[in-house]
Amino acid sequence: MSDKKGKPVPLANEGLPPGERGLFCDAPPREYAPAAKIVEDFWNWARSQSLWILGFGTGCGAIELRPLMTSRYDMYRFGIQPRPTPRQSSVFVIGGYASVKTLKRIVRSYEQMMGPKFVVALGSCTINGGMYWDSYNTIKRIDQYIPVDVYIAGCMPRPEALLAGFQELKRIIRAGKAEGQNLYARDFERYKANQKRVIKDWNMPDYNW
Amino acid sequence: MRELADMLSGRYGAREWHDQRKDLSSVTVDASKLRDVLTWLRDEAGYAHLAFATAVDEIERKVFRLTYTVHNYGTAHGILVHCEIDRDRPVMESIHRLWGQAWTYQREMREWYGIDFPGSPRVDEEFVLEGWEGPPMMRRDFDSLAYSDATYAERPGRETRDPAAYMKEKLYPEADA
Repeated sequence: MSDKKGKPVPLANEGLPPGERGLFCDAPPREYAPAAKIVEDFWNWARSQSLWILGFGTGCGAIELRPLMTSRYDMYRFGIQPRPTPRQSSVFVIGGYASVKTLKRIVRSYEQMMGPKFVVALGSCTINGGMYWDSYNTIKRIDQYIPVDVYIAGCMPRPEALLAGFQELKRIIRAGKAEGQNLYARDFERYKANQKRVIKDWNMPDYNW
Repeated sequence: MRELADMLSGRYGAREWHDQRKDLSSVTVDASKLRDVLTWLRDEAGYAHLAFATAVDEIERKVFRLTYTVHNYGTAHGILVHCEIDRDRPVMESIHRLWGQAWTYQREMREWYGIDFPGSPRVDEEFVLEGWEGPPMMRRDFDSLAYSDATYAERPGRETRDPAAYMKEKLYPEADA
């Protein structure tokens, strides 16, 4: 989809009523073209020092984010803080199990986040379904629907594990290997097909930007 | 309580009165009498609050058992009023004119069990599920595992172990000896 030379094919937005299609973006996401290495390294360092979490608790694991805000764990010392809107966030923490209904909001929020953006998936449920392995309404692995940079295993992972996960994310960002956003742009059609396979009432734009 | 039980059985043929706790009793009535029973309990006996309504799928007996919980704030006593409807023809009279909130419970039962309540407001709209295309998922003949396997991608390599045996093997291997 992300043909850097030609103009990308516009999205059909077939989920929207015909009269509303013109109101939404029809361009697919594009890959990020990195700058010169020394500049990009500096930017990656800066990005890793300022991780802003989207304040969207998507499952029971979101309860483990609360202690991080308190003085005992204090995530602010690592440059991590919550933001109220996807437009200001760079990290999306998937807090455990995601039902299909939540997945729809996850996709929408993820696509609305500005790049560079990263995804931390915590809990067994995001990895292989966890205790919801036989649920009729809960997806079993989140990386089929959005790209994931760091997994934090556990049910639930402790706040210490979350901090370790964020440190790992920082390391990945500094190494320039947090490629989730580019992966999403590159495999956009596959991700979108997977999303539409489980979200049966697709009534939003194909790319929510 | 005995008086109330006699009154209900005399007027409406209610049966199987059972005092579960000091403040909670249950009784079974015919589905055709349910609305009359609830009206009488609400208007004459002081059970003015509909606390809950739900269904139980008794697949072995081929019935849905509907349970309506009413509460009397004067005596702090509640009654579970049960009735049964045919599982193959799941239609029940709506009580949304007795209690305004009843349509929410009825909409829930419509989505989860496929029980219809003709005339109930918005009964055919989605309740908790979005875009659900399968059969009503709280029916006991719905195979959740098969649906999940067919619908959601699985990560290979998932293993299941017996927790007791696995802990013994990992933590106390010498216990076998």
